[in-house]
Amino acid sequence: MDPTKKTLQPYVTGSSVLAIKYNEGIIVAADTLGSYGSLARFTDLQRMSKVTNHTLIGGSGDISDLQQIQKTVESLILENTGFKKDEEPLTPKEIQQYISRVMYNRRSRFDPLWNHIIVAGYQNNESFLGAVDIFGTFYEDNTIASGFGAYFAQPLLRKGYKEDLTKDEAIDLIKTCLKVLFYRDARTINKFQIAEVSEGGITISDPFELETHWEIADWQEGHL
Amino acid sequence: MSGIGTGYDVTPTTYSPEGRIFQVEYAARSVENSSTAIGIRVSDGVIFGVEKKIISKMLVKGSNRRVGSVGDHIGASIAGLTADGRRIIKQANSEAKSYKDLTSEAIPLNVLVDRISSFVQMHTLYASIRPFGCAVMFGSYNEKDGAQLFLVEPSGVSFGYYGCAIGKAKQSAKTEIEKLNLSELTCREAIKQVAKIIYTIHDESKDKEMELEMSWICKESGGKHELVPDDLIAEAEQFAKDNTVSTNILNFDNI
Repeated sequence: MDPTKKTLQPYVTGSSVLAIKYNEGIIVAADTLGSYGSLARFTDLQRMSKVTNHTLIGGSGDISDLQQIQKTVESLILENTGFKKDEEPLTPKEIQQYISRVMYNRRSRFDPLWNHIIVAGYQNNESFLGAVDIFGTFYEDNTIASGFGAYFAQPLLRKGYKEDLTKDEAIDLIKTCLKVLFYRDARTINKFQIAEVSEGGITISDPFELETHWEIADWQEGHL
Repeated sequence: MSGIGTGYDVTPTTYSPEGRIFQVEYAARSVENSSTAIGIRVSDGVIFGVEKKIISKMLVKGSNRRVGSVGDHIGASIAGLTADGRRIIKQANSEAKSYKDLTSEAIPLNVLVDRISSFVQMHTLYASIRPFGCAVMFGSYNEKDGAQLFLVEPSGVSFGYYGCAIGKAKQSAKTEIEKLNLSELTCREAIKQVAKIIYTIHDESKDKEMELEMSWICKESGGKHELVPDDLIAEAEQFAKDNTVSTNILNFDNI
């Protein structure tokens, strides 16, 4: 095996994806940046996408690998269409498992898909929130944050999470986390999208900005 | 058929002296033995209606579907050997997948129909395989191309239609379709007409019980192929029953 032929580092990358369950579904959010190293190369990338009427996937890490995963899943669903159109072709859980098998297969060949994928679904009155990491490890949780968000947002999400969280509370919490990430993560821009996954299906918002205050930065040690 | 016993009808690789291929004609016959399916193309979409025989009372309602989808932007309906039809729909989905993998676009209906025609025609060329014993109608609707309806037959020929009928009662169904003003009908109105046609051609005295299966792909369904919602089907069935004068029912009433 020639090690130089393997993906040893990601090129164009996306930063955190955040997700939290609320009482009637799931809120997922991400910014729209595709970084090329530290260069803000693409500022209008959508990192979340709807793969079935009930399932959304979002991802951090290498954007081209993410697009490849999106295509593979869409293709899988298309191939499984036929006489059961009134039923959903694949459940969110099945989609998560499929992605985890693909990721595990790739890491076992020492050529991983460089992503942390978040799978959010709502089907049969039940929320599903899960993720698959670069090694193919799959897990479910009430709150999930990938990328830098795993360090900065996950503790805030866990603290703010409760059983009967309302949609507005969930969105406020997610926005707070996005703002923290924008302040602290240099691979984030102030242009976000929020997706809602619920009974009514999946909606992904248009990109929006959050209000930020930089005048306090002068008191931050190390800030120029 | 004159082919029987002459030796010209055992494989599709042999022409009869008159230039016919009997195996292909027999395949077409198996479509004609099937219960009827119709498809009509109206101003804002395509509607499929199937007269589905209930072969056993123990079947779950909605089983043995004869309308299927190719991706979500193309609908299909079959008559003839159901298993053969499923194979064709499966092939169609596989073609839709390969087209999308290559181009990132949904496969246009005319391209799909071309490919499926070739696939079906290929099965008329070899002695080792049997031609498909089914005909498939394909329909789609989008802003750019409007409504489209095609029929692929066991021989591999395909044509575009305003309305088509396949199966046992195709002749009388076609006559009924011709009476409709297809260019001005909308899908909502057409649902009732399709239900009426299926109820008209269904022969209660001869046939077993049937289930009306309807699907549509139109402006109202957002260009996606879906089963017609239950409430609309119920309404259409009621309309059909009220407006269908089956000779059989008349006889019972008179007795």
